[in-house]
Amino acid sequence: MSGTKVVGASVTRTDALEKVTGAAKYTDDVKFGPGMLYAKLLRSPHPHAKIVKIDTSKAEALPGVRAVATGQEFNSYIGLYLLDRTLYAFDKVRYVGEPVAGVAADTEDIAEEACKLIEVEYEELPAVFDPEYALDPQAPIIHEKLGEYEYAPFIFPQAGTNISNYFKVRKGDPENAFKECACVIEEEFYVPHLQHTPLEPHVAVAKYDHSGFCTLWTSSQSPFAQRNLLAKALKMPYNKLRVIVPYLGGGFGCKAGVSIEACVIPLAMKASPRPVKLRMTREEEFFCTFVRQGLKAKVKIGVNDEGKILAMENTYYWDAGAYTEYGVNITRASGYSSTGPYNVPNVKADAYCCYTNHPVGGPMRGFGMPEIHWAIEQVIDIICRKTGMDPVAFRAKNALQGGDITVTGGVMHDTGLQKCILKAAEDLGWDKPKHEAKPGKRVGRGIAAMWKAPAMPPDASSGAILKFNEDATVNLLVSGMELGQGTHTVMAQIAAEVLGIAYETVRVHTPDTDYSPYEWQTVASRLTWSMGNAVKMAAEDARTQILKLASDHWDCAPDNLDIIDGYVIHKGDPSKTQSLKHMVIYGLTNKDGLLKGGPIIGRGNFIPPDVSALDKETGQGPKSVVHFTTGAQAVEIEVDEETGVIDIKKVASCYDVGKAINPMNVVCQTIGGIYMGLSTGLFEQLQLRKGNPANNSLADYITATVMDMPEEIFPSFVEVPQVDGPFGARGVGEHTMVPTAPALANAVYDALGVRIKSMPVTAEKILCELKVQRLESQTV
Amino acid sequence: MKHTITLNVNGQKYTVDVEPQEKLLDVLRDKLDITSPKKGCEMGECGACTVIMNGKAVNSCLVLAVESQDAVITTVEALHADGKLHPLQQAFIDAGAVQCGFCTPGMIMSAKALLDTNPTPTEMEIKEAIAGNFCRCTGYKPIVDAIQSAAAVMKKEGA
Repeated sequence: MSGTKVVGASVTRTDALEKVTGAAKYTDDVKFGPGMLYAKLLRSPHPHAKIVKIDTSKAEALPGVRAVATGQEFNSYIGLYLLDRTLYAFDKVRYVGEPVAGVAADTEDIAEEACKLIEVEYEELPAVFDPEYALDPQAPIIHEKLGEYEYAPFIFPQAGTNISNYFKVRKGDPENAFKECACVIEEEFYVPHLQHTPLEPHVAVAKYDHSGFCTLWTSSQSPFAQRNLLAKALKMPYNKLRVIVPYLGGGFGCKAGVSIEACVIPLAMKASPRPVKLRMTREEEFFCTFVRQGLKAKVKIGVNDEGKILAMENTYYWDAGAYTEYGVNITRASGYSSTGPYNVPNVKADAYCCYTNHPVGGPMRGFGMPEIHWAIEQVIDIICRKTGMDPVAFRAKNALQGGDITVTGGVMHDTGLQKCILKAAEDLGWDKPKHEAKPGKRVGRGIAAMWKAPAMPPDASSGAILKFNEDATVNLLVSGMELGQGTHTVMAQIAAEVLGIAYETVRVHTPDTDYSPYEWQTVASRLTWSMGNAVKMAAEDARTQILKLASDHWDCAPDNLDIIDGYVIHKGDPSKTQSLKHMVIYGLTNKDGLLKGGPIIGRGNFIPPDVSALDKETGQGPKSVVHFTTGAQAVEIEVDEETGVIDIKKVASCYDVGKAINPMNVVCQTIGGIYMGLSTGLFEQLQLRKGNPANNSLADYITATVMDMPEEIFPSFVEVPQVDGPFGARGVGEHTMVPTAPALANAVYDALGVRIKSMPVTAEKILCELKVQRLESQTV
Repeated sequence: MKHTITLNVNGQKYTVDVEPQEKLLDVLRDKLDITSPKKGCEMGECGACTVIMNGKAVNSCLVLAVESQDAVITTVEALHADGKLHPLQQAFIDAGAVQCGFCTPGMIMSAKALLDTNPTPTEMEIKEAIAGNFCRCTGYKPIVDAIQSAAAVMKKEGA
């Protein structure tokens, strides 16, 4: 798209000033006065147990306690795709940390004290901690009523088992294709549970007034999904539940859907009309909200002697935890993306969403893609090592291109994947000799490619309302969350571009479901595309109204008019200019003396136009998803042979963003994604011992720090336009961490010849593998 | 037993009654409505609550309110008091060092404490100064760049 003014420019973020001055307000910063109550939750100490009896009488008698809630009263079912949990645990607990009761009291200390006074009698049950074991007929059943739960039409729960969704792909004839292969590699990989650790812990405040109107202030990525799920569960009319979300202090997925809100509203109902605040401690944040679910992956890839992938057979066992707010859809995404970004004619893929007695799996940046690419991209590396093919050339050769048939039988749209692979390799210096390692160290390089689609139901829609003010400034109402990714800036740029005004004059608001238009959720890296389309439509709607007004005023055709720098101009008559100020509210007078117009309000709504259902037995269909963002990343490391410690030297990455609405924002997302990819690849792991978290603090849950970041980063992008995207754009926020960890593991192999198949790539694992390698070489 | 303390925050004197176990962070946020220091962990691990106390960057969640008797405390709100951005604030904006913004006030205060005592820090000194400030969005690099460029601007302005 050429000729744009502010779309494509690296303008300053619209929220930056508020954030550097301390003016930006987050949920916990909102004040509710002296009447506010504080909530604490009593949580299950057992991974799997029957609740035999709950006695809350002592807690209720404690002075300062204003409300106690349990599953005895609040046991309606809730869930995004599968309604498999209750607001509070009812007959059973299914993970350590599950809310059993809640207390609202005058102070946090009283609420905590009251929780200790609640007596719960449990009958412990055998538990499941491994997703593959969950499928064993001998395994205890975690949800006996799975067959009775309500669920979305595109997931397939298996009643009587621990499988909450089973997605399969059957394409071509993999069995025979493998026979034709010159090289077949089959390996098993493991990805542990992670926690997103946004800097702002979950916090929610609910107020339920005497008229039955409920307001919820919450740190959520999904204000409208909150309203949808909570109003439904609590049988409230949707316009009597108002959800307000200020700025978010990061989310990365764990603030999508409903988590703590399900517990705070019941307390507010019982303590009406006092507002009740529930705030997660950092310790709770690690296992009581959402975690990234674990994965056991079996990947088999076969190639012919020309280095062409002929077949894949992949099985993904997702350790989705006790309930599946998003797990079922992550499983689905892992199925329809199961091959990675390659042209594979013959595919057998089975993705199981397995109930276990682990914390609840939620979405995390990448939505299953970092996990499956961890396996796929390493098997490809193994094939390249074994056959002597260059990992870059091999990927470029097999990369999906526009017109190819995807794993689900659809036609791939145009994509810059091949360019991304070559660019990342070139920026890393793939073809140049490696620098000389210091004594005791080895240098290694690795590369990985990726693809990811916005994983969402076919009706995930976006709305936008654009209001002009007297001075021609604009208030843009949307409900996509600004959680750091810069979406407010991008929306201001899109609106300003269409309207011919300065982007700084567009103020984008955080949502209030009473006043802001519908937005499905801030997930799936879908806002630039989906909400961007709605904003573009709203701006075009306002523009049409303005030009109509001016054309009537001047008695000319609207086609002759344009808006430039806040003025309507006549392209053929320079004497005709009209400032947008005043006219956008008060209108203009026609030739015949009549006043026309009124407040200009633009309206936009967007729904994905052409996604189709996939066949239950084969996973095949004309269009599985709206589009795929593709890319690649290459890593150069130095690793210490004695300690196993990795020093990241250089990272180069390239993604096809369609159109960078704000190139600097793309670069910032890329650097942030590299950080998160390295952090999860090198360190992060939520250690669960029989369902109990063992490292739920920032001191024990290790993340990368400023000291671990690479010396050199080369973030780049290509722009193969997304035909149905605003100005050709598609999303890139999550993608940037997807290939990091497998590229890192491939670099470790390149340096030392050891293959780490279990994430993260810790120094201990490297040393262990080196020892095995040395022992094996001695035996030989 | 309540204690009455007097402290100077952002150039203003406040007298407040506090509980013996009350933290400076809670006094700032709940009693003085100064909300730029954030609650990220309440255990001194994340740095989101960093303020400058008597010239040093501290985790205000680890400072007992009674310890702040007569203390001079600066939060990010004070840096913009005269309507002009501090070079660090401007540099954070320009370098793309702000994403979700939750770490930003604490990060800027750690950086300010560094530059106040060491106007020409090395890259490693910058990294050490913000090593206790957690950021999940930016990948830190833009933050280090911002602090470097703010130091250069401040040096120029001071010269």
